[in-house]
Amino acid sequence: MKIKYFAWLRERLNRGEEEVSPPPEVVTVADLIQWLRSRDEAADLAMQKPQLIKAALDTEIVPHTAAIANARVIALFPPMTGG
Amino acid sequence: MAVRLQTAPFDPGAETNTFLEANAGAGAAVTFTGLVRSEPGDPVATLTLEVYPELAEAQIGRAIADAVVRFGLIKAAVIHRYGPLHPGEPIVQVMTLAPHRHAAFEGAEFLMDFLKTDAPFWKKEATSEGERWVEAKAEDDDARERWNRND
Repeated sequence: MKIKYFAWLRERLNRGEEEVSPPPEVVTVADLIQWLRSRDEAADLAMQKPQLIKAALDTEIVPHTAAIANARVIALFPPMTGG
Repeated sequence: MAVRLQTAPFDPGAETNTFLEANAGAGAAVTFTGLVRSEPGDPVATLTLEVYPELAEAQIGRAIADAVVRFGLIKAAVIHRYGPLHPGEPIVQVMTLAPHRHAAFEGAEFLMDFLKTDAPFWKKEATSEGERWVEAKAEDDDARERWNRND
């Protein structure tokens, strides 16, 4: 699956997107964030406060409890500051 | 198209006039235009907006559909810019058309409150001190949340 990152999360990770293949035990957005953090130090630091990270599965913003299995694109990003 | 995302500047008056062209049954139109702010004590040279376009179009499209039903609007439209912007330039415009003024005002305010917290844009300010990401404000969350209450 493809993960997209935005704003300061993208900057801290130094990448806007990546392809990942999480293991089957990664079921929810919360699991995915923990798994991404376990893979590299930059991700661990950037997402050390998971409550600051919002998630979207395709074109739907979802809570961290949402299951990621059917998503084509998962986006992770800080709170939005539009308008 | 009720949602438009673009980097180019837009003419707020011309957009309003176009929006008002087909207005059968309408008695009230509200236009809100958001501008790039720069305080004299802390001047901003450039405000850069990052966007997730697919999600922004989906989110704003749903919010417009909600606003039309909830307030009985005839129609509503949102223009939102992204990329580098400069002080005084328009960032965003929300336009609503309704039979009566309360619906038009409330619909526009609902959409603006939604854009602040639920549309995937992120603002970065460049000042003489360097660059900084604009932080989300609790008051914007509160403004958004009041539309979820039954009062």
